[in-house]
Amino acid sequence: MSTTKKLWIGLGVLALLSPLGLFIPEHFKAGAAWGEWGAEEIQTMLGYVPEGLNRLANLWKAPLPDYGIEGLPASLVYILSAVIGVAATAFLVWLLGKALVRKNGEAHPE
Amino acid sequence: MHIPDGYLGPPTYGALWALMVPIWAWAGRMVRKVLSARRLPYLALGAAFSFIIMMFNVPIPGGTTGHAVGGTLVAVLVGPWAACLAVSLALVVQALLFGDGGITALGANCFNMAFVLPLTGYLVYRAISTGAEPNSRRHWLGAGIGSYLGINIGALLAGLEFGIQPLLHHLSNGQALYCPYPLKIALPAMLGEHLLLFGWVEAVVTALVVVYLQKADPALFQKGGPR
Repeated sequence: MSTTKKLWIGLGVLALLSPLGLFIPEHFKAGAAWGEWGAEEIQTMLGYVPEGLNRLANLWKAPLPDYGIEGLPASLVYILSAVIGVAATAFLVWLLGKALVRKNGEAHPE
Repeated sequence: MHIPDGYLGPPTYGALWALMVPIWAWAGRMVRKVLSARRLPYLALGAAFSFIIMMFNVPIPGGTTGHAVGGTLVAVLVGPWAACLAVSLALVVQALLFGDGGITALGANCFNMAFVLPLTGYLVYRAISTGAEPNSRRHWLGAGIGSYLGINIGALLAGLEFGIQPLLHHLSNGQALYCPYPLKIALPAMLGEHLLLFGWVEAVVTALVVVYLQKADPALFQKGGPR
């Protein structure tokens, strides 16, 4: 089996293990990353929500906010998010590669 | 390190978007010019790896969480310019599909995590590993040390961007408009947690994957390497 094929399988294993990135912080009672608090958390921390922050914070409604869907099992949606995210990222890179190679004719041999 | 929408004011996020556009254009040019065909599969792999490793949140017990980025690892495999594009695309997917990092802040997040982080890591890696045999420990040591420095420079930049907001924007009653924490809080918080924990996670992950690849695909580490 080629190395790149093995690495893709490795990424699949990482996707299955990804809920660890959810449960381990929960177990150790760790909160959000520094500077990534939502408006509610900011309200609790400061006693108010900065006006500009409040205005910009809801600019974009992501379809799977925080890699989850309310009401569905968190670990399952997290794994699903990993698979969707990997597929979307790989697809965008593939598109980019096509665009760059077409302009070039062919990629460089090493 | 994914700055959400609302933490940076327009001058900061605007400037960093404006800075990233020519960087992406230059990166595209460089990738076209110097990336070899046999390294192309590692471009998609690297972007996908960066996406997924950022989902592995590591806790500071009772405190915040953070994660590895993998940017230096991608740069070691495909060069810093291809890594810039690969990690940028992972950040685009995180922002658009999962709301992880803002849209207005995407320029800032790409500058910190997709440009400065991999470039710093790569330059340190090259300084340590240039001329080394493919099986030399200088490759995984160099990648590990480079990745530790790269992620910490990225965290330092994020801390600066957060911390200058109260200087740039505040209401007459003293309330903040955007990120409310000044440099003296934001800088030690961002840098401290990466120096103490998340940087080591990045270094260990990077070094382990390089050790594996040195055995599995030693041609990747031939003298010269990607540019």
